Amino acid sequence: MTTEPLLSMEGVGKAFYGNRVLRDVNFSLAPGEILGLVGENGAGKSTLMNILFGMPVIAETGGYEGTIRFQGRPVSFSGPLDALDAGIGMVHQEFSLIPGFSAAENIVLNRESLKSSLLVEVFGERIRPVDRGEIFRRGKGAIEKLGVSIGPDMLVSEMPVGHKQFTEIAREIEKADTKLLVLDEPTAVLTESEAAILLESMRRLASEGISIIFISHRLQEIIDVCDRYIVLRDGEVVKEGEAKTADLRDIARAMVGRSVAAVESSGDEGRAFGEPILSLDRLWVDMPGETVREITLDVRRGEILGIGGLAGQGKLGIANGIMGLFPAGGTVTFEGCPITLNDPRSALSSGIAFVSEDRRGVGLLLEEPIKLNIAFTALQMQNRFLKKRFGGLLTWRDEDALDELAREYIESLAIRCVSGDQKAQELSGGNQQKVCLAKAFAVRPKLLFVSEPTRGIDVGAKKLVLDTIRRHNREYGTTILMTSSELEELRSVCDRIAIVQEGRLAGILPPQADRAEFGLLLLGATRGTTGEVAS
Amino acid sequence: MGKLGSFVDHVGWPRVIIAVFLLLLFVAAPFVEVRLDASIGDTLVRFGMNGVLVLAMVPMIQSGCGLNFGLPLGIIAGLLGAVTSLELNLTGLAGFAAALAIAVPFGLLFGWAYGRLLNKVKGGEMMIATYVGFSSVAFMCMMWLLLPYRNPTMVWGYAGKGLRTTISVQEYWGGVLSDLLGIRVTDFLSVPTGMLLFVGLMCLLVWAFFHTKTGTAMTAVGTNPDFARASGIDIDRMRTLSVMMSTTLGAVGIIVYQQSFGFIQLYMGPFFMAFPSVAAILIGGASVHKATLTNVLIGTFLFQGILTMTPSVINSMLQTDMSEVIRIIVSNGMILYALTRVTRVNSK
Repeated sequence: MTTEPLLSMEGVGKAFYGNRVLRDVNFSLAPGEILGLVGENGAGKSTLMNILFGMPVIAETGGYEGTIRFQGRPVSFSGPLDALDAGIGMVHQEFSLIPGFSAAENIVLNRESLKSSLLVEVFGERIRPVDRGEIFRRGKGAIEKLGVSIGPDMLVSEMPVGHKQFTEIAREIEKADTKLLVLDEPTAVLTESEAAILLESMRRLASEGISIIFISHRLQEIIDVCDRYIVLRDGEVVKEGEAKTADLRDIARAMVGRSVAAVESSGDEGRAFGEPILSLDRLWVDMPGETVREITLDVRRGEILGIGGLAGQGKLGIANGIMGLFPAGGTVTFEGCPITLNDPRSALSSGIAFVSEDRRGVGLLLEEPIKLNIAFTALQMQNRFLKKRFGGLLTWRDEDALDELAREYIESLAIRCVSGDQKAQELSGGNQQKVCLAKAFAVRPKLLFVSEPTRGIDVGAKKLVLDTIRRHNREYGTTILMTSSELEELRSVCDRIAIVQEGRLAGILPPQADRAEFGLLLLGATRGTTGEVAS
Repeated sequence: MGKLGSFVDHVGWPRVIIAVFLLLLFVAAPFVEVRLDASIGDTLVRFGMNGVLVLAMVPMIQSGCGLNFGLPLGIIAGLLGAVTSLELNLTGLAGFAAALAIAVPFGLLFGWAYGRLLNKVKGGEMMIATYVGFSSVAFMCMMWLLLPYRNPTMVWGYAGKGLRTTISVQEYWGGVLSDLLGIRVTDFLSVPTGMLLFVGLMCLLVWAFFHTKTGTAMTAVGTNPDFARASGIDIDRMRTLSVMMSTTLGAVGIIVYQQSFGFIQLYMGPFFMAFPSVAAILIGGASVHKATLTNVLIGTFLFQGILTMTPSVINSMLQTDMSEVIRIIVSNGMILYALTRVTRVNSK
């Protein structure tokens, strides 16, 4: 296409408080073209879109560098409404629909067709009645344009997620002057057949001259539907090209590979491990946003098994399900005995401990002292740190033992605090994480789940936390299942890494495996050949 | 200034202001011919009367069930104990002890049912609790008429059955605690030592409970239910237990109240009993899910102190008899103020 590009970005960059998230991004988009945007969580995709839409967060943090041209003119939108007026539509990952309204009403929201009536002459424009028939006709038209069948009078609250997604897209294309559509992971919530319909309607929209920026974690879709793709990694465009000639492996490698030199190896490769200590058989967990569909997996005694995957693919659900925090099913066997699911006591009493990814929500008693936080689970589940009073009549909390325990862990984990009596909420994120670890260590677990141990803590603290986990594994032989979104982190600590994709095990790789292998598993490009890779 | 500032921060502005106001009332009292010793005596008595009722707020707050607006339910358990004790014609400490012994099982039973109900309405406990209190009072209005109590001092004279609205306990166990070890300082001031000791004993029991394993678990449920669940604690069980404790403490509290007051008030008597106790603990600095014994003691003292002093002092100042009006304005004003002080500890 030789026409003038609809949208072009020239040298766009952005830093948040000195932390660079985007660097010199250049691309252009012709009318009717579909551009695939690929990148890991945190690669800068959302920031790029926020800049395009002029989201307030960008201006508040000091604006951006570079120029954005839309229809040949440099633009700088001062808010999403400006962008919408200019003809850019956005479909968010989170649904922004009104549940109590029908599909058609949502589609034409704030652009309703109006009728005239006598009262309008008297009282003015604001009481102009809504033309319901026309609204439904318009809604129906927009839905048909997508090639799906949704009743325009169906209430959003009664729709399956796929229909909601289509309604949202219909709303954007119903606007007469929409020239550019940004779809942020629209297929993530769709079934395969729905996704196929969506891809089909994207092609149709493109043929009508609407340009589309398509963000997806499913590489195959990008290759199927897009004209061109760009890969973002750490804020830079690391790869771009024609989708037709693209190779899955190349894209995957470009996406995952860090500029970090070599993976710091865990030191002792080829460690020997014992028999399976924990076996999952067709485990499913209904954790909102992290659904586990079916996982079968053996964990061997003494190893550190990493569980990786992109956000929302279900990797966090595994630990939460086994610990009984979310409804789960299937069979979980620990040291030969089955664990009763949906009952936290069962897992805890057989010697499994859990460091939750939700540090402030599940991990800590923020308003209580550090020492109570550390001792709590051991005290409740194992009756430790208690002493008898009045000849066994009363069982008392042993404050001296609590102090002693707190001192021990404050020292060994280098928790920075005034004393064990300090409240947990006064600590920094990294130190709070250490308290969570100490709580888990205090029950002397045989198996430990650690979820997102380094989320939201600074680089120095990250290393300390990871070292602590590794040391505990080496010194006490504790089997550890570490779940993390950061692949490099897993590769530096784990003995094996299992990748979870769409609630299923995509495969298990050694930490030294090629980056492209990880990339392919993360993106589900090898779906259907799971068994072969997992071996 | 720094020391004073940190003291004020620690205690909290509302408490400092109310305490200063109370102090001013005590200072002003002699100038308007209100006897200081009588005022102090009244304040102490009211403090003792209400102490246990305010304490009944603590377990439910600590377990995250919110403020115990269903206190009337506990009070009804106490009333059942009290009238049954009178029916048995027991006097003195034995009568008092019997009232407690009968009230406690009722308190546990009512508390269990009430707790089960509150577990079904998580998030809306306080609204439901208010109506549990109200409806139990209404139900008991019928029961007081129908229950087969026969003691002539308690039933309506003309019908010979059905309990009266107000029953004197003076002949039975009126003042048994208040006068126990009582110290007479002046003609108008005697310290109700026994009652204060009893309040102290109850506080000690509650304090001790929260240092046991179960008490620790209960605190965790109130502070962070998800944390507690992840540590293998049965949240519903802890909540039910806390409601049983609160209800039983309410039953004990009303009997302490009655022996000092000298009367059992039936029918609509318990209707508004929850509000002063709720107000007292809030003024003491408790939040909706965190209360300490210090909150109870300070709150009860400040609330009851103001309630005792304001009407008498202002009445004397204005030289009219409107103490009842002032009392209602002050007590409801304090309740209103306290309810606006309901602070939610937000996880920042």
